[in-house]
Formats: sequence, C-alpha cells, structure tokens
Amino acid sequence: MTIATELREPRRVSRGEEENGHLEELRTDPIALMQRVREECGDVGIFDLAGRDVVLCTGAGANEFFFRAAEEVLDQAEAYPFMTPVFGEGVVFDASPERRREMLHNQALRDKFMRGHAATIAGEVERAVAAWDDEGEIDLLDWLAELTIYTSSACLIGPRFREELDKRFADLYHDLEQGTDAIAYVDPYAPIESFRRRDAARVGLVALVQAIMERRAGGPAPADDERDLLDVLMSITTEDGGPRFSADEITGMFISMMFAGHHTTSGTASWTLVELLRHPEEMAAVDAELAELYAGGAEVSYQALREMPRVEGAIKEALRLHPPLILLLRVAKEDAECDGYRIRAGQMVGASPAVSNRIPGDFPDADAYVPERYLAPREEDRANPWTWIPFGAGRHRCVGANFAMMQLKAIFSVLLLDWEFELAQPADSYRNDHSKMVVQMQQPCAVRYRRRSGAARRPDGSGS
Amino acid sequence: MRIAVDLDLCQGHGVCESEAPDVFEVGKDRQVTVLDPTPGEGLRPQVEAAVRYCPTAALRITEED
Repeated sequence: MTIATELREPRRVSRGEEENGHLEELRTDPIALMQRVREECGDVGIFDLAGRDVVLCTGAGANEFFFRAAEEVLDQAEAYPFMTPVFGEGVVFDASPERRREMLHNQALRDKFMRGHAATIAGEVERAVAAWDDEGEIDLLDWLAELTIYTSSACLIGPRFREELDKRFADLYHDLEQGTDAIAYVDPYAPIESFRRRDAARVGLVALVQAIMERRAGGPAPADDERDLLDVLMSITTEDGGPRFSADEITGMFISMMFAGHHTTSGTASWTLVELLRHPEEMAAVDAELAELYAGGAEVSYQALREMPRVEGAIKEALRLHPPLILLLRVAKEDAECDGYRIRAGQMVGASPAVSNRIPGDFPDADAYVPERYLAPREEDRANPWTWIPFGAGRHRCVGANFAMMQLKAIFSVLLLDWEFELAQPADSYRNDHSKMVVQMQQPCAVRYRRRSGAARRPDGSGS
Repeated sequence: MRIAVDLDLCQGHGVCESEAPDVFEVGKDRQVTVLDPTPGEGLRPQVEAAVRYCPTAALRITEED
C-alpha cells in the first residue's frame, strides 16, 4: 500500500507513565480507559500496553479499516498471548479467513446443522431445569456457565461426548477462563495465582479427556450414527498405526472449539435476563411474543427461533450494552493508513465493541436498554455495520454468531415459557468483572425463579 | 432485481443456499456463488429471505436489472 506523507499521527491518551504503561488501568477499568482514548484522541488514538502501542479504533471509518484489513496488514495470531497457555502450544487462537470458512463449511456451524442444534439445546435447558424446585435461587454465572458447557459440547463435539461430562469439566473450564489476566502481555507464565489455577485446570481437563478416551478404547464401538468428533479423532492413525492425536492435543482442540462460544453465550444470557428484569415492560413484550409463538405446545424449532423479533431485540440490546469481548486486537505487519491516521508496522491495533456500540450518533440514547431499536424501520444493527460490533464485523466476524443467537433464543424460549424470574439483589449491583481479558459477570449475581402456575412439571426432563 | 455480494463479508454459512437454492450455491471454494444474478420476480420471497437471514449481511438486492 502506498502511504501518503500527510497522514496524521494518532494522539496518545493521558496517564500511563508507569513502567507498564496503561496495563494496570486495562486490568481494573478497561472501558473507562478506552472511552478516554476516544474522548481525548477521537476515532484513532494510542494507549500503552506494557511498552507496546495499541492504536485504538472507534467509529465507523476506523472500524471499517480494522475489520476489512487483510491478514498481511493486521494479523491476529500474535495479538492474544494470554490464550496460548489455555489452548496449548500449537493450537492457534484464530485462523485465516480462508481457514475459518473451511472449518465452518466442514463443521457443526453450517446452516444445515442448525435445525438439529435447536432441539439439542432446548433439551439441555429442559434437563437443567428438571432439577429445580417450584421456586428457588440460582447464581447466573454458575448456572449458565455449566449449561453452556453441555450445549456447546453436545452441538460441537457430539451428544456421546456431552454425556460423559459433569460439573467437574465446567469448573475446570471456568478456571481456564479466569486465567486470562492481561499480565500475560508482560509474561504469560507470570507466577500469579490465576495462572497457576489455569495450568492446573488444563492438566485436569486433559486427565478427564484421557479417561474418556481409555473407556472408549476398551469398550464396544459405537453405532455409526452415534460416533462423535472424539471417535473420529481417535480413529485417525499415523503411518505406523499409532494414534495421530494425543489426549493433550485433542483436549486443546476441544478447549479452543468451545472457548469462543462459552463465556460469551453464558454472559449474554445472564445480561439479557438481568436487563429484562430491570425493564418489566420489555419482559412483558417478550413473554407475550413467546406465549403466542408456542401457543398450543409447539416445539422449540429452528423456524420458530427465527421469528421472534422481541426476544431477538432483547438479546441484541444486551449484546450492545454488555459485549462479551470488549477489546479486539491485531498486530500491524506493515505500515498502513487508518481513516487518515498513520499506523506503523509493529504497533498493535485494537477495536472496542464496548465503546463503538455506544456511540451516541449511531445509537440514540446510547446508554439505555432499548430493544425497539432493532425493529423495522430502525434496525440500528443493520444500519451501523461498522459500529454495532458485538460479533466483530467483516472478514473476522464471529462465525458462531448465528449459532449463538439461535442458542440464546432457545434458552429463553424454554426458561420464560415455564418460569418467572426476579432479581435477588439490588438492580444496579449486577456488573461485569473486568479484571481478566475474558469478561464474566461478577459474583454474586443471583436471581430467583418460580414455576409459572400454568406450567406442568416435566418429571423426565425430556420436554415432551 | 439484481443481486450484489460483498465477498469481503461472505463466510460461507450457506443460509442463502438453504433459502434460495436456485439462486445461491456455497460450493468447494467456501464462498457464495450467485447462480442467477438476475432472478425472476417469482423468486423474490426466497431471495429476500436469503438477504435477510444472511449472518454476515453480505447480500443486497439492487432493484435495477
């Protein structure tokens, strides 16, 4: 690319004089830091992440550059050092757009598989609520993080594998997610407690998968239509007949497959429920839509899940206000121009869903929860493809976005048809924990549930 | 109507193919191929569904032929 000489230099945001620049602020109040970059510097500004410039893009023009840039210009392989110890060496955090399309094409995320996934997810929710009394209390993070381990393993790896998991897998997985402190930009293996737990959790997950593999190796072969991804991976051999993949490698693949869809979906489900409970008029609209859609006991089907604008708006608005990923990062491999500003090879480049999703010019009443903004004719998500970015945009847009929306709608279809909820703590006490790069809801985050008077007990949890 | 595709955005989900198989195909190259860039009006409902449900908003209908 030819770079014009009159490009502007991005301004640097205030503070950050310490040794590691703005790292401490990123670990404690990252959204305030990124908002300040926009306020002080405009659409393109710089903060200092442990001695390295991060050129932060917000606004449509800068974001379009960020999301359309080719791999040779903005590369993400090196941008997330905190993920390497989670996945294991050799399992990349992200693949090229071509490889992503290939994975999508071959795997469970393709549209033709979605119809089956809708039923699988509804079944998992039924099973999880089958353990509930007529009324009680749940912690949103605990409950949804476990549920989404089962839904994602069942859909992405297979029902046979899901049946071999229990809460131990969910708890270890949670420790992995908590091991994503931004200190990893200084040292991914720094001697801190959350990294020690992360590494122990990975060892624990490999042991669980190893035990499952040994049981399978010694047991009868499954019927063809019950084979799952683990059976397939175990059946692949090297030239001398030995297994191609170790338990460690397979575990790394499963961790990475489930990672993008786990804390993200769990957090969005939590926030959607909290926002609906904070806004009873929105909950009423959602309840009415679901009651009409499922009148007469219709199944939770793929088609039904597409036609629910109020539920969809409720989820999208939770995603806009509380995006599960608040900062997306790349490394500039060559000098480039971003919206009139100069980017230099070696700098990191970031985009922030947390900031862009709340730009007042694009989203009127930007800090308010307004699901109507997604209804025709406003459709503010479609109207702002470069600033409504909870799923990213362009070449790197989340390939699981469709699956995620379908999953969230299925979860709320089952939950809200049969159960009523209320906040179990002050409405303003629900917030995110930003101390890790993987953002999760801060505990405690309790809600109370009560079986609706019309809802029948479903003793077998099968949903039939 | 005429169909426009932004191949920077297409990820090959195949939703369009499910909605309008006579118009779209997601083949071996993992991106959409428009089999019929100017489909007849009879296909409009299917094409509109494909545009609406495309997960990456990569499709548009431009009205002129």
